[in-house]
Amino acid sequence: MAEPLTPEPPQPGGFATFWRAYTQSRGAVIGLGLVVALVLLAIFAAVVSPHPPNEQYRDFTLTPPAWDAGGSARFLLGTDPVGRDILSRLIHGTRLSLLIGVISVAISLGLGVVLGLVAGYFRGLTETIVMRATDVLLALPSLLLAIAVVAILGPGLANAMYAIAIVLLPHYVRLTRAAVIAEAGREYVTSSRIAGAGTLRLMFDAILPNCAAPLIVQATLGFSNAILDAAALGFLGLGAQPPTPEWGSMLASALEFIQRAPWVVTFPGLAILVTVLAFNLMGDGLRDALDPRLKR
Amino acid sequence: MLAFVARRLALIIPTFVGVTLIAFALIRLIPGDPVENLSGERGMDPARRERLLHEFGLDRPLPVQYAEYVGQVLRGDLGTSLTTHEPVLQEFLTLFPATVELAFFALLFAVVVGLPAGIVAALKRNTVADYAVMGVSLAGYSMPIFWWALLLILFFSVHLGWTPVSGRIAVQFDVPAVTGFMLVDALRSGEPGAFRSAVSHLILPAIALGTIPLAVIARMTRSSMLEVLREDYVRTVRAKGLSRWRVVVVHALRNALIPVITVIGLQVGLLLSGAILTETIFSWPGIGNWLIHGVQSRDYPVVQGGILLVATIVIAVNLVVDTLYGVVNPRIRHG
Repeated sequence: MAEPLTPEPPQPGGFATFWRAYTQSRGAVIGLGLVVALVLLAIFAAVVSPHPPNEQYRDFTLTPPAWDAGGSARFLLGTDPVGRDILSRLIHGTRLSLLIGVISVAISLGLGVVLGLVAGYFRGLTETIVMRATDVLLALPSLLLAIAVVAILGPGLANAMYAIAIVLLPHYVRLTRAAVIAEAGREYVTSSRIAGAGTLRLMFDAILPNCAAPLIVQATLGFSNAILDAAALGFLGLGAQPPTPEWGSMLASALEFIQRAPWVVTFPGLAILVTVLAFNLMGDGLRDALDPRLKR
Repeated sequence: MLAFVARRLALIIPTFVGVTLIAFALIRLIPGDPVENLSGERGMDPARRERLLHEFGLDRPLPVQYAEYVGQVLRGDLGTSLTTHEPVLQEFLTLFPATVELAFFALLFAVVVGLPAGIVAALKRNTVADYAVMGVSLAGYSMPIFWWALLLILFFSVHLGWTPVSGRIAVQFDVPAVTGFMLVDALRSGEPGAFRSAVSHLILPAIALGTIPLAVIARMTRSSMLEVLREDYVRTVRAKGLSRWRVVVVHALRNALIPVITVIGLQVGLLLSGAILTETIFSWPGIGNWLIHGVQSRDYPVVQGGILLVATIVIAVNLVVDTLYGVVNPRIRHG
């Protein structure tokens, strides 16, 4: 007589395993919390910010933060040289920074994955051309490359995003190519080829999902690079143009008032630092959780 | 070994050709031409415009311009700046020591602070010291350095009045530029106070520029040290009764440093990127400042030559680092 079948204990799913590994690091959890908060802030910027970002209160120029002498609760973090509320501009700046991150990472990730897949799958001359081209991009210091691209396209937020996408591109190409080369020889790829899968299907459906982990980590860290570089371009006057409340250009436009009113410079910089830090923490956490081999 | 170096050298050639293509193409694609720029607001009559375009060689077909450009580059002629009418290469060589001086002391600061910090963090793993080092280096790694530089100026120059805000040396010193390195020149000049002034001008920019490399080096040293401390041979020497100090300094550190040295070598690109921002903020007369001015005034030859020279330096340094890595790690050499 057959044994009655006892139900197997439920296996933790892929996500549950990942979540347990991810939440083991306190830094990673803090990073994730900050990122979620920033995303919410960006979505609800119009609701949360006390004033419109470009509204100039001419009677309240360079008002110090609320806790300083002469500050007022009406402008929590003070006002800038033309009387705009700094807190509201920072909140709206969150939108821009996250947008810059999303768009430049999306462009470079999309393009980089395709180029890396092609290079790693076809090898030969295609690979040589693609990889030499990435070498050229990597030989130029990132900010110099971004400045060069912006010089061609003209200063502006959109062009800064394209420039940053180009700067980030080689990393995704290299990562994808290396992962594809490692995966292409595996049995599951061979069996899927024998089963009649075409080239595109093999590339995107069989191989790519198995290369996802390093790409996700790199994309998260790419976010912080994008935000830093965009702020640097804004600071040099080559990114977002006034009166856009982009953090880097906010900082640059208030530079002459730094001695009289340090808050016009400190808060935008702090916003950049916290945002970049959040994505770096999250990226480190993701790396440890997704790729235990790299765990320090 | 020779074959390894030769292979690396051969790989450089297409990269270098690519860089010349980029340097050439980028600047031709920029809207507005230098002649238009020279004419300013008042405009320029067409005949003069034609003559100037011809003088600069900008009226020829693009492939001809490129071929000429490469020919000139190979002869060491990178053109003349459209704004100062000085040869680009000469301008670069005059300004480069300032950037090297800044980058060198930035890296020195990063290594001198970052290396011991990383070692301490690894040895005192999961203690307050470790968390402090890791927290600070994570913040340093995420730092917008143009903002960091401003904070340093606000605190040390404006608030405490310890250091000057910009430049390489106080104006009252007229130090002859013999080597281009201000510290050396100031010392040579024998003027009392000149060296001191040069040092005080260098400190803040070097700290600002060195902060990100410091964070990278501290993180790398810590993880590399942790890795090595787990190795069997470390346990063996420990079991032999060697002092903890000797285990760390003589046995573990030597191996832990291999990846750290690579990372230090790879900071060159980062330092040059950072130099653009640091030099802008501290009015440091180096190549970062020069390049930004070049882009802003659409000085084609300066931007072209600058990009080419900077890329060449990065390529050369990476080659040296790669080769050294091959020397210490035979697996790379034969891979």
